[in-house]
Amino acid sequence: MSKSDVTRRGVLKTGAFAGTGLALPTIFTASSVAAYTNAPTGGGVTLGFNVPQTGPYADEGADELRAYELAVEHLNGGGDGGMMNTFSSKVLKGNGILGNKVQYVTGDTQTKSDAARASAKSMIEKDGAVMITGGSSSGVAIAVQGMCQEAGVIFMAGLTHSNDTTGKDKKANGFRHFFNAYMSAAALAPVLEKLYGADRKAYHLTADYTWGWTQEESIAAATEAVGWETVNKVKTPLASTDFSSYIAPVLNSGADVLVLNHYGGNMVNSLTNAVQFGLKDKQVNGKNFEIVVPLYSRLMAKGAGANVKGILGSTNWHWSLQDEGTKAFVKSFGTKYGFPPSQAAHTVYCQTLLYADAAERAGTFNPCGIGEALEGFEFDGLGNGKTLYRADDHQCFKDVLVVKGKENPTSEFDLLEVVEVTPAAQVTYKPDHPMFAGGELGKCNPGA
Amino acid sequence: MFNMEKRDKKLLIIIAVLALLAPFALNPFPTDSAMAQFNAGYPDLMQRFVIFGIFAIGFNILFGLTGYLSFGHAAFLGVGSYSAVWMFKLLSMNVVPAIFLSVIVAGLFSLVVGYISLRRSGIYFSILTLALAEMSFRLAYSVLTPITNGETGLQVYTNDPQILMGPDSPTVTHLFGLEMRSSYTLDIAGWSFDFAVGYYLSAIIMVAAFYLSIRIFRSPFGLMLRAVKSNQQRMNYTGLNTRPYALAAFVISGMYAGLAGGLLASMDPLAGAERMQWTASGEVVLMTILGGAGTLIGPIVGAGFIKYFENIFSKINNSVLHEWFGFLPDGLENGVIWVLEHFVGSGWHLTLGLLFMLIVTFLPGGLVEGGQRIAKRLRRKGADDDDAPGNKTPAE
Repeated sequence: MSKSDVTRRGVLKTGAFAGTGLALPTIFTASSVAAYTNAPTGGGVTLGFNVPQTGPYADEGADELRAYELAVEHLNGGGDGGMMNTFSSKVLKGNGILGNKVQYVTGDTQTKSDAARASAKSMIEKDGAVMITGGSSSGVAIAVQGMCQEAGVIFMAGLTHSNDTTGKDKKANGFRHFFNAYMSAAALAPVLEKLYGADRKAYHLTADYTWGWTQEESIAAATEAVGWETVNKVKTPLASTDFSSYIAPVLNSGADVLVLNHYGGNMVNSLTNAVQFGLKDKQVNGKNFEIVVPLYSRLMAKGAGANVKGILGSTNWHWSLQDEGTKAFVKSFGTKYGFPPSQAAHTVYCQTLLYADAAERAGTFNPCGIGEALEGFEFDGLGNGKTLYRADDHQCFKDVLVVKGKENPTSEFDLLEVVEVTPAAQVTYKPDHPMFAGGELGKCNPGA
Repeated sequence: MFNMEKRDKKLLIIIAVLALLAPFALNPFPTDSAMAQFNAGYPDLMQRFVIFGIFAIGFNILFGLTGYLSFGHAAFLGVGSYSAVWMFKLLSMNVVPAIFLSVIVAGLFSLVVGYISLRRSGIYFSILTLALAEMSFRLAYSVLTPITNGETGLQVYTNDPQILMGPDSPTVTHLFGLEMRSSYTLDIAGWSFDFAVGYYLSAIIMVAAFYLSIRIFRSPFGLMLRAVKSNQQRMNYTGLNTRPYALAAFVISGMYAGLAGGLLASMDPLAGAERMQWTASGEVVLMTILGGAGTLIGPIVGAGFIKYFENIFSKINNSVLHEWFGFLPDGLENGVIWVLEHFVGSGWHLTLGLLFMLIVTFLPGGLVEGGQRIAKRLRRKGADDDDAPGNKTPAE
């Protein structure tokens, strides 16, 4: 069976077959006539909601999905209209987007870049989605953003906090409403100085991946600028569930502040370990030992329970704010689902509205038109006060909240209290800031 | 033509024809119908079908023939992807050097892993491969970030060297100018069929890989591998050193995995560390067992089955269910949806798990055995003829 009789005839035949095979695809290269990818044809327009439904961030994902559904309902004229009524731009009329009824498809990112891209691709290729939004981790957001740039659709990032999303990995087709690690640091540092003094020694525990590093870098730089000393920076593997072995050395390091650059389940565990070791009640260098969690979310605070009391951090938005936008959003979300929305829900709701508004103002779904409409767009009434979508890097600049774990929570949702609202000017940086340098937006890609 | 037995030739032709016509076969429902949800004929998923088919074919050369159960094959897939993306970053977006390098690097890596882990057999071998693969995953995820870009995944940036790139070279992956993502859409009376370049490239490579696997199965080398599976001790007693054979099988299947990884990166130039995680290694084991380990066609069927569930069932959400069952009275509708929603959307793992249990319990030979049983029943009257596709002894 393994005899190999290579004949001239056989080689020719095989060659002919292979040649046909290779030539075959060339007849398929004709591109379609539409001016951009997935231009809506009938009465509807399809948006793709790509969120983690399984994996470590499934809670955030579920809340994002609720907010998306609410946004679609409002765009189509259902419900009470939510933040559409308080939004400073008034072009949305509740008749869909550009007269097209809004439809949506959902997918599971599994918090894995690969799965997220596969899911986003199927939305674009199969369901004809003209915009992809979502993501509850920076790795996924960056991966999907890159894919959308290639495919020629708009990506409206959900919860992603790494500097890289609008820094070295920024893309012309990608837009982020959420704040980033640099902004957290810039907002936190003055408050930390005010509350804990300028003479402090900080010890960092950092989740060992892109987001953790950018946050560690940002916080260390900002706190050192107010006079703090960074004693040590320790990377912890992402999959760790027990941080005791990382906490013990903190006690002997002479540090008097512990910074936990952790998110989600990691943060819940590391904070719990730190509290169990009695760090919160310790006195070091004649000062109370303090713990800081730079990126806070209500869902995390819920997981950590009583351990979050008195612990400082920053957040993009909180439902207890008293502006008109927030009140309208919390009311319609609460009416529909029975509890207040998380910051993840808020940011994706805003992103959906911002996209719809941009399409309406541009008069097209063409990513280039939408890009132009969003770049440099100033708006208000979406719960964060006056906000600017900066043209240079597609990052939103708005106020940042510094929050603290509440000492006496009145309900399971009332876990954080706002300590200070840091004005946007204070967290604004130059587009070529070293922490964000290295990438380029490139040109908008309409696909097709 | 290819020097094969009639039965194998038939099988190869069936696979080739199926691969060619997949865009039609996988889109049986009109685009606007409610059943369009179940269509799988879009380029990305079809590419995944054939690429994971290649992965599973390669895995089957090791597991199906020698019986060595590797739990770390995803590491080779991941290594292949990383090599391919590096080629895109350093040379140009042409897929040929990328695919070549991915096969070579995965081959070398599997040589190292195989050399270490083949010192043991059975469960110890499985654990060793699992440990080595999990180690590679951890390395790729954090320690080796300069090479792998860690959690974010390796991507191509506009400021990469790309030394072979001319001023007007395509900036997306291509085969000598033929862009992987370009496709032609054929609309016929409500149906819409996509023919993508990337899919056809992957499909041609898959058919070639399948042909190679037939040749390996039927060669003296394949026979030797089967002997290793049935009784390795006896082989050793006859004075034969079996390890080189097992190692060769391991490296070949590692190269198949690398090829699959390189193709994945060629279709979508991103390599994420999760590709190497143990769940991904487990997935290829599931694919092979589900389809029928040790059979020629089984792994491809299994790969298609799992990828279909992952991509189609996970996208059915509540609003889709409400559309389907809207005709029922409200109370009943909500009841039905309450039950079903646990099996679709984020619950797709549950459906897959149930089906896997059923198949393994009632069809130990996998889906191929199911196909054979049906085929047998259909022509029970005919002669007791046994040339059903891939009729091989199922793996134990």
